[in-house]
Amino acid sequence: MAMTDVKWTADQPIVSLKDVRKSYGSVPVLNGISLDIMKGEVICIIGPSGSGKSTLIRCINALNDIQGGSILVEGLEVHDPKLDKLALRKKVGMVFQQYNLFPHKTALQNVMMAPVKVLKENPAEVEKRARELIRKVRLEGKENSYPGELSGGQQQRVAIARSLAMRPDIMLFDEVTAALDPETVKEVLVTIKDLAAEGMTCILVTHEMGFAREVADHIYFTDKGVIVEHGPPAGFFANPTDPRTRQFLSQVL
Amino acid sequence: METVETFFQWLRQSYGIKITIGYDAWDRAQFLAGLWTTVKLSVLSIIFSLIVGVIGAFAQGSKYLILRAPIGIFVTFFRNTPPLVQLYFFFFALGSVLRVTTETGGSAPMVSAFSWAVISLSLFAGALNTEIFRSGIEAVPKSTLEASESLGFTRFQTYLYVVLPLALRISLPSLGTNLVNLVKTTSLAYAIAVPELLYAAAQIWSEQLNVREMMTVLLLTYILLVAVLVWILGRWEKALRIPGYGV
Repeated sequence: MAMTDVKWTADQPIVSLKDVRKSYGSVPVLNGISLDIMKGEVICIIGPSGSGKSTLIRCINALNDIQGGSILVEGLEVHDPKLDKLALRKKVGMVFQQYNLFPHKTALQNVMMAPVKVLKENPAEVEKRARELIRKVRLEGKENSYPGELSGGQQQRVAIARSLAMRPDIMLFDEVTAALDPETVKEVLVTIKDLAAEGMTCILVTHEMGFAREVADHIYFTDKGVIVEHGPPAGFFANPTDPRTRQFLSQVL
Repeated sequence: METVETFFQWLRQSYGIKITIGYDAWDRAQFLAGLWTTVKLSVLSIIFSLIVGVIGAFAQGSKYLILRAPIGIFVTFFRNTPPLVQLYFFFFALGSVLRVTTETGGSAPMVSAFSWAVISLSLFAGALNTEIFRSGIEAVPKSTLEASESLGFTRFQTYLYVVLPLALRISLPSLGTNLVNLVKTTSLAYAIAVPELLYAAAQIWSEQLNVREMMTVLLLTYILLVAVLVWILGRWEKALRIPGYGV
């Protein structure tokens, strides 16, 4: 297990899951998940609700623990008890379904807070970067708005900027458009697409099949805690082989 | 000043209403000293009770029983006993143990009556503040804390920068009620001869035999004191208000 000192190089998977198992009490959620993600790849995890998609993504940045197997992020063993959590969190950014912004801070302060307080970076430099990030997620002019004054889509884009301010290598998106109005979904998806185009490694749990097809390099379909089927989107959506995949796709497409 | 004194003299001569603090310099000085003592008692107790509340609520959320258990006992003890009995316990039970020998060979208390009042009142209100802050902390969504955890904040940083500012806003209404109660409870210090407002008033009325007048003055003074506190709390609540946020 003690692989924290392993040097990671870019020709190895940036995220590597091997036979990951997890249960909540006696209820098994992940029953042996293995997958490798290379730097710059965008993968989408789809599947029926309760299939363990969100749990899987939360395990990657140690918000949930696992009972078996291993998760390596840039060579860091995520569930090693001796793991320096901060080292992991600097590499992995996460965006949630409910945005989870700090409601008492403005958009700009939300983006600035972690680099200033956690990384102890110079506030003036962080502010410059934060303003650029807010421009990047197309929220110029909303710097001084509080989350409560922004729409869901705008809040979610602030949340993306907030994660990016920590300069992560990998971004996790946990059903980030599931709580949004249909018309604001697009603005968030455009932001993620921009990120993917810039070469950010992205892991998305999503119900947006059209988006998954468009942006993903690889699709994983999970059901009952296992990966049933996976492959590049073109083949995956055109010719699903497993009957469970076919049934799911016929319901959502 | 002179017209004020003339007015109170006239009130006494024409109607027999003896508001002595209006024209008697000695009584006035005594009363103002009492008022000042009550203000000091209130401010110090408010500050310390808030500190006790913040630390208590933080310890109560700890995963270590060794931190949680003493706070639980502390809160139960101070919530389930009368504040006057607590004050007596500190002053008479603890105070009689904590004594120092003076230079002349006599024995003197280590802690003054005023200090015992501050300690006792701070712990009493602090126990209630602990519960108030705890309910505020529990009202902060867990998902917000996960976001801060995933950004690399430690538990303490999360508490300081996220939980506390939000919990404070949620707690403010009940906190205000408790602090108003605390100001009123300072009058219990009378029982251990701290020369606060009630004590000063009682001194005056037993000398001047103007119980009715001094009682009225006393009540009005407390109303004024509490009104000032409520006004400050209102300003605070306004200053902390977040645009577009529920609480």
